Amino acid sequence: MNITRTINFTLNGEPVTAQIATHQNLVEVLHERGLTGARESCAQGLCGCCTVLVNGAAVSGCLYLAAFADGAEVRTIEHSENGELDAVQAAFIETGAFQCGYCTPGMVLMTRQLLDAHAEPSEDEIKHYLSGNLCRCAAYPEIIKAVKLAAAKRKIERKGAK
Amino acid sequence: MTLSTAAVGRSIPRLEARAKVTGRAEYVHNMSVPGMLIAKVARSNVAHGRIRNIDVAAARALPGVFAVYTGEDIRKLIAEPYYGPAFHDQPILAIDKVRYAGEPVAVVLAADAHVAENAARLIEAQYEALPAVYDEVEAMTSKAVVHEVLKPAGTFADLKHLKDKRDTNVALDFHLRRGDLGRAFAAADHVFEHTFRTQQVLHLPLEPFATVAIVNGAGDDSLTLHSSTQSPSFVRTEIARLFGWTDNKVRVKVPYLGGGFGAKVYVKSEALAAACAMLAKRPVKFATTMEEQFYMITKHATTLRIKSGVMQDGKITARECEVWWNGGAYADIGPRVTQKSGFTAPGPYDIDNVHIDSYALYTNLPAAGALRGFGIPQLVWAYESHTDMIARELKIDPLTIRRKNILREGWPQATGTLMRDAALEKVLERLAQRMQWEKPFQRGSGTIKRGRGMAIGFKASISPTTSMAIVNLSADGSCALYSSTVDMGQGSDTIMAQMVSEVMGIPIEKITVVHPDTDVTPYDMATLGSRSTFHMGHAVKNAAEDARDKLLTLASEVGLSAETTPIPDIFKKKYGMLAGNIVGVGSFVPSYQSPDARGQTENATPFWMIGATGAEVEVDTETGEFKVTRLVNLVDVGKSINPAIVETQISGATVMQLGFTLQEQMNFSDGHVTNASLADYKIPGMRDIPPMENEAVDAEQKSGPFGAKGVGESGTFGVSPAVANAIDDAVGVRLTSLPLTAEAVYRGLREKAGKPLKDS
Repeated sequence: MNITRTINFTLNGEPVTAQIATHQNLVEVLHERGLTGARESCAQGLCGCCTVLVNGAAVSGCLYLAAFADGAEVRTIEHSENGELDAVQAAFIETGAFQCGYCTPGMVLMTRQLLDAHAEPSEDEIKHYLSGNLCRCAAYPEIIKAVKLAAAKRKIERKGAK
Repeated sequence: MTLSTAAVGRSIPRLEARAKVTGRAEYVHNMSVPGMLIAKVARSNVAHGRIRNIDVAAARALPGVFAVYTGEDIRKLIAEPYYGPAFHDQPILAIDKVRYAGEPVAVVLAADAHVAENAARLIEAQYEALPAVYDEVEAMTSKAVVHEVLKPAGTFADLKHLKDKRDTNVALDFHLRRGDLGRAFAAADHVFEHTFRTQQVLHLPLEPFATVAIVNGAGDDSLTLHSSTQSPSFVRTEIARLFGWTDNKVRVKVPYLGGGFGAKVYVKSEALAAACAMLAKRPVKFATTMEEQFYMITKHATTLRIKSGVMQDGKITARECEVWWNGGAYADIGPRVTQKSGFTAPGPYDIDNVHIDSYALYTNLPAAGALRGFGIPQLVWAYESHTDMIARELKIDPLTIRRKNILREGWPQATGTLMRDAALEKVLERLAQRMQWEKPFQRGSGTIKRGRGMAIGFKASISPTTSMAIVNLSADGSCALYSSTVDMGQGSDTIMAQMVSEVMGIPIEKITVVHPDTDVTPYDMATLGSRSTFHMGHAVKNAAEDARDKLLTLASEVGLSAETTPIPDIFKKKYGMLAGNIVGVGSFVPSYQSPDARGQTENATPFWMIGATGAEVEVDTETGEFKVTRLVNLVDVGKSINPAIVETQISGATVMQLGFTLQEQMNFSDGHVTNASLADYKIPGMRDIPPMENEAVDAEQKSGPFGAKGVGESGTFGVSPAVANAIDDAVGVRLTSLPLTAEAVYRGLREKAGKPLKDS
């Protein structure tokens, strides 16, 4: 028996009202809305493929009940400020930091979290932040390069903004 | 067509880069279509048993359940619902008996995935337990027989003698005989014999298996399958065969794959999705969970025995190899692994007298197939560990013994096929240089000892297999490539577009790669075994050359110079406006000669793949804990079409094999997997990557397109034995089973000290 309820949240800047079943996780609700960048893979919150930002913090969408998103600000990989790629996405492309691409949205979102907290992260900080994101293609060496390049790009952006 | 773009040999970013970093790349696991039902399966809880009863009443009664089917329902639709590339042995749902714990016995369809899942849990099956066999060597003689009768598919000549054979678990026995082994052993100064084992592991692409099957129109006998497959052409033919249809009744479409690594070849999730859609007359999605991947397809556990006759100076004169491949309950492509990889079991060495016996065995475990290397990593593990064990006994340096025995260009390999464009020596020498092998090595101090090891392996390409391609040039000078090669992350879209760009002189931005769609893209054997760059590469190059030649003809027909006239002007002159197109077609199948009864052939493979790894380790002599501090990976890929992509293929393959070397292992209890999740089965993460150096040596595959050949697997070959050899070098402990663990090293250290652990 499904118990349903209505939740309101902000999704990538737009107000959203959704009818959900209480057992549904955030990934399912996003998929119903055509947003498939957050993907359930391990279903245990261990791989990072389902990463979503809720109120600015990265969560595993596969373990995050959609009901808890009521009133929250939710951002997914599909969010874009102006339709352009950001420094992290550009850096991932330039360094070839993905192969199959399934884990990439989670990697990009976690890298943004990392760089928001540590503008110039050490290699150890990079590994610490990204150790919860798995990549079976093992593009890890390129991902580390991408994070460093993204940090450098953001630094240039900050200087440009001043 | 005036510009030479020189696209080949450049590190062009992937064509789909933007789609992947924005989360918009399409994968079947995330796909849904209107009216779709979700399929969830109930699995057997015994490893081997006769089905007495399957009670589906409670499941069927659950509100929201659309249908529940068992093997008997499938049999009403398909009289012989068994599939497989080598044997028609795998039922869509179990019939009469189950052969491994986790085998699908019933399926629930519901619009809501949670309802389907809950209903599947309500299905109760009763079994009469049968004796089970799990070990590959025991399976040779066990009274427990997994399949009463063998049913070879008829596709492969060397399986025909197995038809209707009863009461055996041997799904293929491959034998190779060369020289006079008995005499060579008798004449050898030393004879060494060792046995090695590898564990069962699995692919675990982060996108699990998924198929969406759609019946085309009410009552129509035709299907469209969106599937996460590496082999759309095979899936089309096999699904059509199951239904007794012609190929054109099945359309298979493949977007991107979230990883494959050999898991998604042949039929996996497709047959069940197709059967359910036909029974329900509704679109059906069958997408497995991460946990269910443990019951789909795995990598063979193996037992390998090698015996070598060696002269005092380290020259190997005789080698006998026995390999037992644990194929699990269904053959999948195991028999091909047994033969195609089996014939390289003696290693890349010049040995005059060789016997190989390689056996594919059925057991009551989840099926094993092809996993990045097609059996080669298991073989290299054995023969390169063996090489160092011989060297150590004879007090010969590991590099010296390899130099003494390595196959050189133009020399015959064990099959009699001559080594051509196989940079074995160069790879070995570059490895030695980068490791500074001949310089003094710092061996550590106190309780931390340092060691280093090397290993080199090689692989034949699967053969003979066909690829077809179409290049469609539009009047505006843009171009589409139609190919059934699947981009599962290896970058094939990009390198194929680079080849078209190179031939046509059209910039890469103006080239689209049309993804596999069997109604649209022509036949390709499959995306596996590192075959695409070579086979599809040739087909694409041929198609592009055909299109270019046709453009030249068209230009001269209308009195223009193709060299100086922009492409649109040529079309405009011919058709009076921007209209029409030029279609170039290309195909490729390499020559091949099947091995004779003694395993001999002049032409075993269209090309050889070479891979070597050097490892440095630090071992704690108090705990057995060890750390890989450096990995150097060398490969021969011929000429690189896209060097950056080649580099990621080398390091990706190496890290995957490092996981199989150090941390991954499927654990079983009475045939039940006990660690079927990423929580309990750890794959390499960001913190598990040692410092790595990767290099593709300067080489050329003269018979390859633009001098290139495959790269996807070569990085796996040497990893496991290089690390084991380094551990032995550091502390004198030899491990002969994978994975290599601190516990095993510690036990070895205690044994060496004359104080073995009591419980071992």
